[in-house]
Amino acid sequence: MPKAYKQVPFAAIVKSPTVNNQGMVTGNWRYLRPVVDKGLCTECKMCWISCPDATVNYSKDDGISFNLEFCKGCGVCSNVCPVGAINRVPELDFED
Amino acid sequence: MAVAEMIKSIAQAPEKEYYLPGHRTCAGCGPALAYRLIAKASGKNTIFIGPTGCMYVANTSYACGPWAVPWTHAQITNGGAVASGIEVAFKQLIKKGKIKDEFPNIIVMAGDGGAIDIGLQAASSMMYRGHDVLFLMYDNESYANTGIQVSPMTPYGATTMFTPSGPEIPEAKKFFPKDPMAIFCSGGHPEVKYGATASISYPVDLMNKVRKGLAVEGPAFLHVQCPCPKGWTYPADRTVELGKLAVETGMWFLYEIEDGVKKWNYMPKKLKPVEEYLQTQGRFSHLQPEHVAKMQAWVNQRTQLLGMEVPLPPAQ
Repeated sequence: MPKAYKQVPFAAIVKSPTVNNQGMVTGNWRYLRPVVDKGLCTECKMCWISCPDATVNYSKDDGISFNLEFCKGCGVCSNVCPVGAINRVPELDFED
Repeated sequence: MAVAEMIKSIAQAPEKEYYLPGHRTCAGCGPALAYRLIAKASGKNTIFIGPTGCMYVANTSYACGPWAVPWTHAQITNGGAVASGIEVAFKQLIKKGKIKDEFPNIIVMAGDGGAIDIGLQAASSMMYRGHDVLFLMYDNESYANTGIQVSPMTPYGATTMFTPSGPEIPEAKKFFPKDPMAIFCSGGHPEVKYGATASISYPVDLMNKVRKGLAVEGPAFLHVQCPCPKGWTYPADRTVELGKLAVETGMWFLYEIEDGVKKWNYMPKKLKPVEEYLQTQGRFSHLQPEHVAKMQAWVNQRTQLLGMEVPLPPAQ
């Protein structure tokens, strides 16, 4: 349906996402899944600050967790961990 | 941001993300990590200008982007010019009382091509005119989004698509890189009061420098080294490790220049031989011992030029 030019939004304006960008879900890129060992974790938050995709979440009650919908599995979190608490497990070992 | 609130440790870093999950950057992308930390430090009242480069092309998928703050694209040549326009428009609207908002943090996220090569004239004129903008250069040392072409920031001896190693030039790239801090922050642009180099491997330092650059009146320049797994040819999980190694071998320096006074933010006790850094990356895999010695001589010379007083490895 044609629109008068004044009704067309200026240039290419799109809304900003607030929590995550559902237009580009990247979790299916991953072949090694980060798994945190809560017993070893000291909650230094090195993995949280070093994640390029902002997919490491931290809360005081639950500690470190991963946003697996977007995690690309690059392994930076596992590499920067000073106590080796993050393991990389092949994605095919999981049921889901 | 009138007064910069400094972050003392990782525990004090702001929780809120403004650069959200959901972008097409490579796994382990250094510039994406830089973007995330910069957005975190600058906060909600920020406008990003993205000249063409990895951080424009790989972030914007069709009709969506990962920013929770306003962002606009600029051509690779004119990041500085677009930022100047936005800054002047906001100043005028606030002066005339047409908007009641606080003056925003305006940040240009230019790559090494958009800042020091193709975009140099717009960046230079923005800093010459003294606009209140933070010009940020994320440096992955190549034109990475088009498939790793050589840029003026590519180090000596690195393989790129345009500088392959061959019988005529066995060391691949034969020129040494430019020095943006010398161009922008050493008196060449008198309006620039704050300039600094930073690295993604020192996140607290990087976030504080972003805040300082935003707090300063007038233009500020920030040069951030961002390892690039694809362009530098190393496994994606070593991004942060390599940024640290670059600082420890003297391939990268962490200092700031405020009102013409240089201050070192981190100085290693003793520089490691540059060979340790070169070994980690596929782009240097063809180098012969004489090339490594030439590189070491260059690092030693640069260290002395910048006034870094540490024991240096021998250059043979």
